[in-house]
Parts: sequence; C-alpha cells; structure tokens
Amino acid sequence: MSSLTDAPEAPVTHRKIPDRLDNPLRSALLSWETLLLLVAVVIFIVNSFASPYFLNAWSLSDLTFNFTEKALIALAMALLIIAGEIDLSVASIIALASTLMGLAVQSGADTPTLLAIGIGTGLVCGAFNGALVTGLKLPSIVVTIGTMSLFRGLSFIILGDGVFKGYPKDFGFFGQGYVFWVISFELALFLVAALIYWFVLHRTNFGRRIFAIGNNETAARFSGVRVARVKFVLFCLTGLMSGIAAVLLTSRLGSTRPAIAQGWELEAITMVVLGGVSILGGAGSIVGVVIAAFIMGLVTFGLGLLNVPGIVMSIFIGLLLIVVIALPIVYRMARK
Amino acid sequence: MKTLLKYREIWLVVAILALAIGVSVRSPGFIQPRSLANIFNDTSILIMLALGQMVVILTRSIDLSMAANLALCGMCVALLNVAFPGIPVPLLLLAAAALGTALGAINGALVWKLDIPPIVVTLGTLTIYRGMIYVIAGGAWVNAHQMTEAFKAVPRTELFGITLLSWFAIAVVAVFFVLMTRTPLGRSFYATGINPTAATYAGINVGRTRFIAFCVAGMVSGLAGYLWIARYAVAYVDVAGGFELNIIAACVIGGISIAGGIGTVAGAVLGALFLGVVNNALPVIGISPFWQMAISGTAILLAVIFNSRGERRRGRIILKKAEVL
Repeated sequence: MSSLTDAPEAPVTHRKIPDRLDNPLRSALLSWETLLLLVAVVIFIVNSFASPYFLNAWSLSDLTFNFTEKALIALAMALLIIAGEIDLSVASIIALASTLMGLAVQSGADTPTLLAIGIGTGLVCGAFNGALVTGLKLPSIVVTIGTMSLFRGLSFIILGDGVFKGYPKDFGFFGQGYVFWVISFELALFLVAALIYWFVLHRTNFGRRIFAIGNNETAARFSGVRVARVKFVLFCLTGLMSGIAAVLLTSRLGSTRPAIAQGWELEAITMVVLGGVSILGGAGSIVGVVIAAFIMGLVTFGLGLLNVPGIVMSIFIGLLLIVVIALPIVYRMARK
Repeated sequence: MKTLLKYREIWLVVAILALAIGVSVRSPGFIQPRSLANIFNDTSILIMLALGQMVVILTRSIDLSMAANLALCGMCVALLNVAFPGIPVPLLLLAAAALGTALGAINGALVWKLDIPPIVVTLGTLTIYRGMIYVIAGGAWVNAHQMTEAFKAVPRTELFGITLLSWFAIAVVAVFFVLMTRTPLGRSFYATGINPTAATYAGINVGRTRFIAFCVAGMVSGLAGYLWIARYAVAYVDVAGGFELNIIAACVIGGISIAGGIGTVAGAVLGALFLGVVNNALPVIGISPFWQMAISGTAILLAVIFNSRGERRRGRIILKKAEVL
C-alpha cells in the first residue's frame, strides 16, 4: 500500500473541465497489480480458513474451470478496451459458434471439423464487428449491442428451445481433459495465451500502437499508425478468443442451448476493468487482467464452497468491481 | 440539424406504418384500433424506460442497471404488498418511484463524486441490484395469489378505452416532453452531452446534471417496476432480465446518439414503438418468436448506420482529413 503514496499527484487545476474524464487509475497504476495480488492473497487465505475443502490440489484445479473460458476472452478484450473500443457481443459469439458446432455434429462432423467451425465462426463474427466499426466508423458499443442481439438471435432461430447433444467422445478433451496431473487443458491454454498476449501488448510494436491509439487516436494517426487496421485486427482477435471459448465451453458442457454463456460479456469486462485497464482506453496490463481473473475465480469458488448461491456471488463481484476502482480515488481525495 | 432530426423521426414513422400495413395484408385484424391499443399497452413500459435512458445517454453516460433497478423495486413493493396488504396502491407507487430514485442516485453519485465511468458503475450496480432481489426475497417468488386484487388491478383498469398502464406511459411522455423542451434542466442535459466544456463555461454543473439524469432514469425504473410486477402478477429474481439492452436498442433505433447530446422524446418513443410493433407482428404473420432477437439486432445495426450519417458534423472539416487517412 505504501507505494500508493508515492504515486504522482494529479496536477491541481483551478477549474475542472470534464471533457475527457481524468483517468483515476493511471496514478495508481504502478501499484495496481500489487494491490490486486494482495486482494487475491487475502481472498485465498480467507477461503482456506472458511472451508476445509479448499486447500487441496484438485479443488484448486476445479477452481480454474470457473474462469478460464471467460479469462481467455478477457485477454483479447483488454487489448480492445485499451485501444478505446469495446465488444459486448462476445457471449453471443459463443452461442452462435456453439450452435453451429452442434449443427455440424448432427450431420456427423468429426472433432477437427468442429474445432474449425467453432474457431472460424468466432473469427468471422469478430471480423463482422470490426468491419462495421472501422469500415463504417460506427461506435463499437452500439454496433456490438446490435450484433449481440443478432448473433444470439441467429442461434435462437436455429435451435428454438431445443438442444444439441451427441458431441464426439474425443471432443470432450478440450473442456474436461488434463495435460499434466491437475493442470487442465483449459488452464494450460489460458496460461500460454496470457503469455502470448503479454508479449504482444508489452513487447511488440503492435502493442505500442494499441496504447497509442487508446491515448490519442488522432495523434496516433498522424504518427503513421493505421488505426482502422489495428482496431480491425483487435476485433478479429476478440472474436477468435470467443470462438476458442465456445469450443472449450461446449466441450465441457457436452451440449448447446441458445442461452449458453448468458451474461459472460459483463463478466469478461469486469475482469478487464478489475485488472486495471482503463475503460476510457490507453492504459492497462495483461498481468493485472490475469490476476483479476484469478480473483474472480477465487471469489466465486470460495463462495460456492460455502453454498452461497450464484446470484449472491454476483453482488460480491459487483461490489468488488466498484470498491476496487473507488478505493484509490477515495484515498486520493482523503489525502487532499 | 433540426431538419435532419425531423427527417429521421419521419422516417421512423414511415417504417413503423409500413411494417404495420405490411402485416395487416397478411392479417387485417392487426391495424384494428383494439389491436393497436394492445400493442401500445405492451410497449408502454419500454417507452417509459427508453425515455429515462435517453436522458442519461444525452449526458454522455449510459445506465445498464435500469432493468435490475426495475426488478428490485418491483420485488420490494410486491413484498410490501404481501406483508402489509392495507397499504394503498398509490402509496406503493410512490415507494417504488422513491426507491428507484435512490438506486439511480447511487449510480449518479458514483459517477459524479468519484468520476468512475458510468459504464463501469452501472455494470457493477446491475449485478448488485439483481443480487439484492435474491437476498431480500430469500430466492422465493411472489405469486399472483399472494398479491392483493387492488395491487394487480391498477395497470389493467381501463379508462376511455385504453388501460391505465397506457395512460401512465402517455403521462410520462408528456412530462418528458415538457422537461426536455421547456425547462432549463432539459436543455442542460443536451448542453452537457453536446459539449461538456462549453456547458461548464455556461454555468452548468456537468457532474450534477449527470447525477440528476441518473436519478430521473432511476425514478422511471422504479415506477416501471411496480407496473411490470402488477401487470404480470409475479415477482422473481430474473424479472426483466436482459431488458436493459432492449431499452438501449429502443434509444438507438430512435436516433439518440450514444455520443451524447443528440436525441428527442419523439425519437425514443418511436424507437420503442418500432420494437413493440415488430414483437407483436411476428406471431401474427406466423414467424416464430425465436426470430425476434435477430430482427431487433438487425434493426439496431441498420439504425446506427442510418444515424451515423446524420451525425457527421459539418464544422469539423479540418479533422475530417485526418479521419479519412
């Protein structure tokens, strides 16, 4: 916490002109991951005292299934939000991808085909969002509210109130298999993906361009960044990750209904924001998002062990989101 | 700009009429007064909520918690009604509106005093309010037989041929029309959204205006909460689940710019009516209701493409060059 005090003070101005809101996270960003890690450790300790079933390799392994699929989407969503855009349609992309996979199963598709369909659908949906936002210069929040309705709507048209089952046996590996001892395929995939996203965002030119766009799009454009192209790629990536999440989730559940993954877009965004990514764009880190994903998993799993119903957990998630963001701000105000 | 706005609303009216006439070719009963009154009745709650959301969007904010607010207020008055059947309905209505305003004020205060972006605040309160319903009701449902007759009767009572629910919507539309076009507060919503800096220089407290906008949206949600629960005569955790998106959809279709400052009462009402007509038309022409979601999604996309043309500002030719690059 002490490093919080070292954070640079926001310049004091005489009048406040809230045209572009001052990003309250930036000043605390240096210590944001530390703060999150602290929260994670506290929740971990509380959990292990609260339930005797918690501190066990298999319990902890089960815990990761709670969030890995959403966290995979959150990785790509973080990049998108840093670039100043948002995608609310991710959960609907899962629904559509899962439905199309189910449709393919009915005509006897094998596992590689299913993979291609699931991931391909995600990519196409993402590209569709990206084309609308960058090609027609539309606000992404409205476009993706529209495609959110459209994608899940298509899945309702295909499925109605029915259900697709009968996925091939070896398809179950992606959502239920283990790579090594208690490390599930999902967890391994998430860790590898997190490493790749970390490298791309923090160690490549492409990553720098994302930050540049989020901080000042016009300046980025004048510096020679092809803004539209970068954004389009980010929408495709988000779609792609949603497609991968659809494969994992469908494989884990073994069935598809049109209401699959309902509300996941909000959870993925919560992870991103909790992870210290500014919703206004231009700031954030993958490490923060990964820790935030673990925090969300820990909270829901810990409460689950205590038989707290899912809907009550959502109160904690909502409170966590607001309190963690409000804390540094209140702290700064109190110091003044 | 003004003529453009009118243009857009006229197009919406044309689209709604074309839709209604198209449907009535297949089924002549669709445009009978009785059926139209039904459609309006079905859409009443959406109209009210869209107006509340409009005020928030005008100030460059967004309220994702309206449906959860509605459900929480609805559950509270339903529980009050069960516990104290003696409380007269108008008092419950007031209680719902007051509670809704309070919940909206929480959103507004977080946005105003802590400068947390509205989408983050309402994303959080959306899940909190929804969860609170479970906590206060213990996960139980409040069913029709537990509610008093008077409680359930209000939205259905007919007055001059249309239901009281429809009259509520008409009253809310009238109030909003006066508020937005005839009061300084209404104008300050527009000013805040179109140019916060200029609004500040003009003496408008931007933060406070946003706060009031959230309170207005909350009050409408609370009012709609009672009406929704009383109309469907059942209260449970998932009441109006996902309805926040329908509300935003109605606003977008109605030509309210998500960037703030642009939009009219007529637009919001027409946007809501458009969705209402579509939803009511589907079963009539024999299309499965499962098409509803995809159709409203397409309508949102078309509306936003259409809107973006009208919103391109002319005074920004210098930046225009940059945008082309």
